[in-house]
Amino acid sequence: MSHDHDHPHDHDHEPIGHDGESPAAARARALEELLVEKGVITRESVRQGIDWLVSRSPADGARLVARAWVDPEFKERLLADAREAAAELGLNAGPSPVVMAVENTEKVHHMVVCTLCSCYPRALLGPPPVWYKSLPYRSRAVSEPRSVLAEFGVELDPDVELRVLDSTADVRYLVVPRRPEGTGGMSEDELAALVTRDSMIGVAQPASPAAAAAQ
Amino acid sequence: MSFEQGQRVRVASREHRGHHRTPGYLKGRVGTVERSHGSFTNPETRAYGESGLPEKELYLVRFEDGHLIYADIYEHWLEPQ
Repeated sequence: MSHDHDHPHDHDHEPIGHDGESPAAARARALEELLVEKGVITRESVRQGIDWLVSRSPADGARLVARAWVDPEFKERLLADAREAAAELGLNAGPSPVVMAVENTEKVHHMVVCTLCSCYPRALLGPPPVWYKSLPYRSRAVSEPRSVLAEFGVELDPDVELRVLDSTADVRYLVVPRRPEGTGGMSEDELAALVTRDSMIGVAQPASPAAAAAQ
Repeated sequence: MSFEQGQRVRVASREHRGHHRTPGYLKGRVGTVERSHGSFTNPETRAYGESGLPEKELYLVRFEDGHLIYADIYEHWLEPQ
């Protein structure tokens, strides 16, 4: 084993993992080996779980939002029970017992954080972005959310009510962003292409039709 | 203990050693019950291989801080205000 990483602390210590392996990865590997050895899980179930997780993407959440934009009755059902609404489109909202969709309007803006860890509607949005799990986002989203939004490029009018949802427990939150101007003639699929991951976390507005066309 | 929508509640300020889902920055804070999400197994015991029973009711609670913060807090962390 090598000890060739740079770090600022000044003590010597024993190598802390396989070559190139982070302490967190080493801990996860040790846990997995123990759980397999004790028959709690199998290698196959771990592989299937990882495959399922990385197969999810924001495209599923975007389908829900686009449907809500074109179908007001679906939007009502989505806001009442996102799990049931997702099932209507053949989507599995994941293992959390409650998935709650919240709507951004002219008067109210929602953004989502998990201050305790990285709770996130993975089944509908895929794995969370690195910044969502970072300590600065997790702490500043509740202490100075308007500044955080401004850094993401969202300038809210002072009279817009800002609601920060801290997903501390069993519930996962999905933001239904505002439908952009100038999208009246667009199809549901075209609309879904405007719905970005970050807009469903509430730290961005959806793409404009012009920006989406330029991509 | 059960709470009603609109009821004012205080988050218990007690310390808790071990896994729990009540954020430190909200302990001792007063908020308003927005809704009940239903009852779920208790993460504080489930995290240690137990059943998590009896289930605890989980509330969405609103806190005002210039902006609004909504957080999910289990019933045994809430006190009537």
